[in-house]
Amino acid sequence: MKPLETIEVLQTTFFSQRMPAPIRLRELIRTIRTARTQAEEREMIQKECAAIRSSFREEDNTYRCRNVAKLLYMHMLGYPAHFGQLECLKLIASQKFTDKRIGYLGAMLLLDERQDVHLLMTNCIKNDLNHSTQYVQGLALCTLGCMGSSEMCRDLAGEVEKLLKTSNSYLRKKMTEMTLSEYLPSVQDRAQNSLSVDSRNAALCAVHVIRKVPELMEMFLPATKNLLNEKNHGVLHTSVVLLTEMCERSPDMLAHFRKLVPQLVRILKNLIMSGYSPEHDVSGISDPFLQVRILRLLRILGRNDDDSSEAMNDILAQVATNTETSKNVGNAILYETVLTIMDIKSESGLRVLAINILGRFLLNNDKNIRYVALTSLLKTVQTDHNAVQRHRSTIVDCLKDLDVSIKRRAMELSFALVNGNNVRGMMKELLYFLDSCEPEFKADCASGIFLAAEKYAPSKRWHIDTIMRVLTTAGSYVRDDAVPNLIQLITNSVEMHAYTVQRLYKAILGDYSQQPLVQVASWCIGEYGDLLVSGQCEEEEPIQVTEDEVLDILESILISNMSASVTRGYALTAIMKLSTRFTCTVNRIKKVVSIYGSSIDVELQQRAVEYNALFKKYDHMRPALLERMPVMEKVTTNGPAEIVQTNGETETSVLETKPPPSGLQPANQANDLLDLLGESDITPVIPTAPTIKPASAGGELLDLLGDLNLTGSPVSAPAPQIAQPPFLLDGLTSQPLFNDIAAGIPSITAYNKNGLKIDFTFERSNTNPSVTVITIQASNSTELDMTDFVFQAAVPKTFQLQLLSPSSSVIPAFNSGTITQVIKVLNPQKSCTWSLVLKASMPRSPFGFAGKEHWYRKLDGKEEENGLSPGQFVAAVMGTVYVVPLVMLVFCPLEQLGFVVCLW
Amino acid sequence: MSVLLPIWFFSERDLFETQRLRLMLFFFPLLSIQQMQFMLLFSRQGKLRLQKWYVPLSDKEKKKITRELVQTVLARKPKMCSFLEWRDLKIVYKRYASLYFCCAIEDQDNELITLEIIHRYVELLDKYFGSVCELDIIFNFEKAYFILDEFLLGGEVQETSKKNVLKAIEQADLLQEPRHEYFNVPVY
Repeated sequence: MKPLETIEVLQTTFFSQRMPAPIRLRELIRTIRTARTQAEEREMIQKECAAIRSSFREEDNTYRCRNVAKLLYMHMLGYPAHFGQLECLKLIASQKFTDKRIGYLGAMLLLDERQDVHLLMTNCIKNDLNHSTQYVQGLALCTLGCMGSSEMCRDLAGEVEKLLKTSNSYLRKKMTEMTLSEYLPSVQDRAQNSLSVDSRNAALCAVHVIRKVPELMEMFLPATKNLLNEKNHGVLHTSVVLLTEMCERSPDMLAHFRKLVPQLVRILKNLIMSGYSPEHDVSGISDPFLQVRILRLLRILGRNDDDSSEAMNDILAQVATNTETSKNVGNAILYETVLTIMDIKSESGLRVLAINILGRFLLNNDKNIRYVALTSLLKTVQTDHNAVQRHRSTIVDCLKDLDVSIKRRAMELSFALVNGNNVRGMMKELLYFLDSCEPEFKADCASGIFLAAEKYAPSKRWHIDTIMRVLTTAGSYVRDDAVPNLIQLITNSVEMHAYTVQRLYKAILGDYSQQPLVQVASWCIGEYGDLLVSGQCEEEEPIQVTEDEVLDILESILISNMSASVTRGYALTAIMKLSTRFTCTVNRIKKVVSIYGSSIDVELQQRAVEYNALFKKYDHMRPALLERMPVMEKVTTNGPAEIVQTNGETETSVLETKPPPSGLQPANQANDLLDLLGESDITPVIPTAPTIKPASAGGELLDLLGDLNLTGSPVSAPAPQIAQPPFLLDGLTSQPLFNDIAAGIPSITAYNKNGLKIDFTFERSNTNPSVTVITIQASNSTELDMTDFVFQAAVPKTFQLQLLSPSSSVIPAFNSGTITQVIKVLNPQKSCTWSLVLKASMPRSPFGFAGKEHWYRKLDGKEEENGLSPGQFVAAVMGTVYVVPLVMLVFCPLEQLGFVVCLW
Repeated sequence: MSVLLPIWFFSERDLFETQRLRLMLFFFPLLSIQQMQFMLLFSRQGKLRLQKWYVPLSDKEKKKITRELVQTVLARKPKMCSFLEWRDLKIVYKRYASLYFCCAIEDQDNELITLEIIHRYVELLDKYFGSVCELDIIFNFEKAYFILDEFLLGGEVQETSKKNVLKAIEQADLLQEPRHEYFNVPVY
């Protein structure tokens, strides 16, 4: 009995000093899962955390591993576990494999490269990379590959490279010497396995290292030599990943590895041709993962290279025709093949084959496959338009799909496929789609329809009908520039006025909910009310409307709760306009106008008071003032201030554009009408008071540009010319005027970033006023000379541009000299808007090609094709906007990439 | 010397040909790097079961992303396709019984093969646990991580053979367990 007692005593003393053994991980999970409420769970966790903390504090080595594991579970539940970070490091340093395994797992979950603690791991990982057991090496590599920061990668790249190179021979030798096989039964097996495990891990780790520290790439170059000769698929796969990474990062590597194409083709061929291999088979296809990776590498190697593309044509055709397509795997490979064919310089036959594969995808039952088909068709539609066009009906069918992602893709693709031949049919489908689709699509769909209709409208009537359909079905979703655009369209088609006003009148009878529609309708009724009442409309069954009925409707718009303030403004102005078009209801109009003179809506009140004054004091001028709006010239830009907003926010922008009230009522009245049209550059109807109007318009532009950085002093003298560019460019007026203006153009600092400064000065030739001379001065404040400086400029075809040669192509450093270059622009046409695009390129600026092409397309006068009018384009890029009298300069610095200058 | 233009004919590429090599080095990092960004496993109730991040993010961001994604994915109807665009990433997800497997990949990546990767992982879990169910993954989450780490490294597949992955895991398990049980040292 005695010895036993002593043991018991010993045990009690032992345990009273130490904590009792913590519960096991599974036990903890079980307990936590019994918690019925969140609060209960939290309480349990807090208790356990307290125990774990005190155990950590006591430096308990036995249970550390268990505690960290429990902590990881709590971490997954969303509880804080950062206090376990250092414990993970201790576990990693431990000699036991169990500890290491949990330690590395914990490190990957709890730590990342933004905490300095992780650097403490570097040494442990280094030791473990040289560890004798491959699984320890594997753990270390895995952790490095998952979370290694650039510092860590720099320190350990050497080890990785060594592993990558030597594991084949070195480790095999070690293996056979049996120095490492302490625990494992089969030496043979391990030797086989480890050779792959290590170089495989190492290769992916190298990928990670390259991602983090691209300069280290060359270090891995020798190691890649024999990688593709591997038989083991794991090694082969990771090697391909490594090669891909290197090729993507460096053009030198890309050129270097192009010679591997035949070898890759051979491997791929073997994969397709080889019979069934149980180890790598996925539903009848041999190692799809490897195949996809090889195809991707081929894509990168073949891009922009004729020889390599040539070398892979056959195999791509083979893959495209031989792959079994009943399962997802096969389609994954086909999809990758299609992407490769599209990206390299492949034969046209092959491209058609690829598009047909995508066409077949569209008919597939699997939604996923239909989705990728639409995505990739969207990518190729620009280059292979006709081939894609053949699948149009299938694509349009996808608009009816239940899945929103597929719908969106199908919609984008449908818009890309609209052209002059199919516009009627396509629009029918798209309007139907607009009617039935979810609200999230409506805005995009509506603007897509507007653009397509503008571009391909077969007739004016069709165009007006289409826009009206959109406004009736999705009125509250259209962007607010739709209203002025439609008004402009209607004004310009004189022969359609009667028809349009009747259609609009019918459309708003009894339904005022679609604000944009009501606005357009009010405007049209105001303008063409006489046509509506007279009922002269040949095209459709004329409706009989009386003057009172028309006024009833406008008044009920004014009263309706659903009308926005802007809509009421439209309605009131319309009523006012009708006072000159209707004969027997003038008194009623007077009454309505005077009622709104006391409206709480300030905007409305002001209008009403002004109109009232027009009736009372200036009645003789009224008919002239309220004359029908002239046909508006189509302007490509609505000014850079074009604000792309959705409908809810229209009020602010319209209010903002309202000029400040001035003493002269008639002028203001005209301005109001003009403003409603949304900032279009139209010549005022009435020749009175031109001095006020342009000045205020200039002010507004500046207002809207808000916080933009104006280095010149454009606000003062030059402002008037913005509104009336024809005066500047036409050469209609006398010589002195031009000199004045030329003097008034301030020079500006166009670009001042990254040490490069470019100034523009403007002069106007005295002999030929339509020639503008722009002098460019570029200086460089960095420590290095800028070489190969090129300044490019471009203008529309109707212009002539003379780019004189620059004084030099090198800008010396430290502002020690400048380059000057003169550009002469001749505008022979009497057009009121003109545009000029200037572009400068700097060497050593990481100017992305993709980015640049983008700008080019947007700027080369094909704006509509890309769905942007210049105005919107400006709003979209919103670089720095300078207002200069003759032109609008827009600078769009693409971060540090360089910049594009557009002059409007 | 003066040059009369229409300049549009100058293609970018001509212009930059001379500087191409130098530019490329700057240009290439702008390309998206093809890589899986993260993988999440969560239950139908929205409980996270496993998370693996291949990009460094703060805990706060991770939680936000997880919450957002779990919500979006759970809100989708079963008949919808397995892909969705989310921020500038593509999300590929698939439901197996009560668990959702969800991966974020980059724009250039192949969604269909990502589905295969998810499927392969499920197969591995299934083989390892023997007809796996959610409970297996809850109670043995660390094993699920070990298998994932053996299959994917840094977001890339590292072993394409099922057999090899399982063999490696089993052997690593052998290294771990017998010794400890023998000496009766408590395992976690």
